Amino acid sequence: MRRLGWAPYVLLLPSLGYLLLFFATPMVQAFALALQDPAGNVGLASIDRMVRDTNFRNAVFTTVALVVLVLPVQFVLAMAMALVVNARLKGSGLWLYVYALPLGVSELAAGIVWVSIFTQRGWLNTILEGLGVIDRPIIWQSSETFWLLIFTVVIAEAWRATSIIMIILVAGLQAIPPEYLEAADVYGATTWQKVRRVILPMLRPSLQVALILRTILAFQVFATVIALAGTGLRVLAGEAARWATDIDNDNVAAAYAGLILILSIASTVVFLILLPSREEQQL
Amino acid sequence: MTAQTNEVPLPRRRLGRQRLVGRALTYLVATLLALFILVPIYLITISALTPREQAFDYPRQLIPSAISFDTIVFFINASGVQASFWRSVAVGLITLALALSIGAPAGYALARYAFRGRNGYRILVLSTRAFPIVILAIPLAVTYLRLGIDDTIIGVALMHTALALPFTVLITSSVFASVPRELEEAAQTLGCHPLQAFIRVSLPLALPGLAAAAIFTWVISWNDVFAAVILTLLHPTLPAKVLSALTQSPIYYQFAAGFVMLLPSMIVIFFIRRYLLGLWGRVVK
Repeated sequence: MRRLGWAPYVLLLPSLGYLLLFFATPMVQAFALALQDPAGNVGLASIDRMVRDTNFRNAVFTTVALVVLVLPVQFVLAMAMALVVNARLKGSGLWLYVYALPLGVSELAAGIVWVSIFTQRGWLNTILEGLGVIDRPIIWQSSETFWLLIFTVVIAEAWRATSIIMIILVAGLQAIPPEYLEAADVYGATTWQKVRRVILPMLRPSLQVALILRTILAFQVFATVIALAGTGLRVLAGEAARWATDIDNDNVAAAYAGLILILSIASTVVFLILLPSREEQQL
Repeated sequence: MTAQTNEVPLPRRRLGRQRLVGRALTYLVATLLALFILVPIYLITISALTPREQAFDYPRQLIPSAISFDTIVFFINASGVQASFWRSVAVGLITLALALSIGAPAGYALARYAFRGRNGYRILVLSTRAFPIVILAIPLAVTYLRLGIDDTIIGVALMHTALALPFTVLITSSVFASVPRELEEAAQTLGCHPLQAFIRVSLPLALPGLAAAAIFTWVISWNDVFAAVILTLLHPTLPAKVLSALTQSPIYYQFAAGFVMLLPSMIVIFFIRRYLLGLWGRVVK
């Protein structure tokens, strides 16, 4: 057999080049744009304009609030799903398949799915009224009621984006040697004790990866919010899009983009410090 | 946890009452979680299949009395929808072709060779998976304007290729890893050039997996809305079109749009179900 020491590098080169061209270059460019004004003068004018914009504080607050509220919901759901998949019920492949279904659903489609549920003449009000819980339709999607709007987005995001976490956790669970759980059984551990004392510690690396990945994605929340809340909620990615398209100021848009990147990196670093793991990092 | 515990003969516990209750509880939780996923899919489906004149009826009928494609036909015939639909299809196909031709060789290299820098490359691919799309799209819009490919199918497809590439590399690498390398080596000992061995032996075996990778790549492009909104203006893809029409459109337009966009994503999971754990879970053994 011929040895081809250079072969893997030749095979990797196109993808490496493409990733560098499309990830590294725009990143540098984004920061360059953010540090210029539209006329091309270098300075903090665009960042200043972003910070002084009336929607800025709202966008930061709402985005962070969504991240903080969505993540715990998703982790509880994902953990429950992963444990179910791992419990080897009848048709365990089918459970995994059903829980993974939203994985391919776009933000926009997911947003619209939940519009059909939360809209005033929608399914949730129909069901709640049918059960006699309410006597007249609740208005879930009003810009007057900030937290109700947040609630609708949290539920929609929990529906759409829990699958990714579930998959990571299932992979992590499968890597736990069955002997560990059998040993816990021998000592008479309850299910809760097994989760608390064996599964969670062993899942730490997976939890860390899932947490980092999901947080980064959560900072980019965009179409779900627009579908459910319109202009009732402002988020960072939405503001970036507004400045880039409606206002046609790419510099302020780039400043928002840079802010999202910085928040993503900062949260990654925080999770790496808070949840140190000796195993090889996967992200 | 010492190795000793392995030697202890496990008393085969009978399914006691407590265990049965536990089992039943697990099924209950499993079903509730499945309903949380499935019920909204059912609801958008019947929302989209409700006749247009019933779209504002309240309370709504959980089991529809009439099914009609009225709303979907209305959506398809709404101005700009068909054009943007075909644009989305085209962008997806170009993305698929680019991402596979650039990504599959890398996937193959990851699956077959142990080489210096392999781990570094893997980490690069894994981290680009979560890279904020916002930071790519906005500078690219400026570059595209300079290059004259703003508001074009090819421009959006180039961006989508960057989004899809990490996933394409990951799926194709697990596809090639599942094709036994011994077959390829056998072909080489029988006198095939490595490339010939690959084309005649590994490629046919990998084809179904590569098809799955292709479908997933297409759906990543089909799903993107942010990049499409930033990079297009007069020639939007379907999600960009729907997003910009949201505020001025009747609610049944939204339901039909949501349903039409949802369909391909439901199907794709079926095709990539074997690779799910490889995509997001552990990547290499």
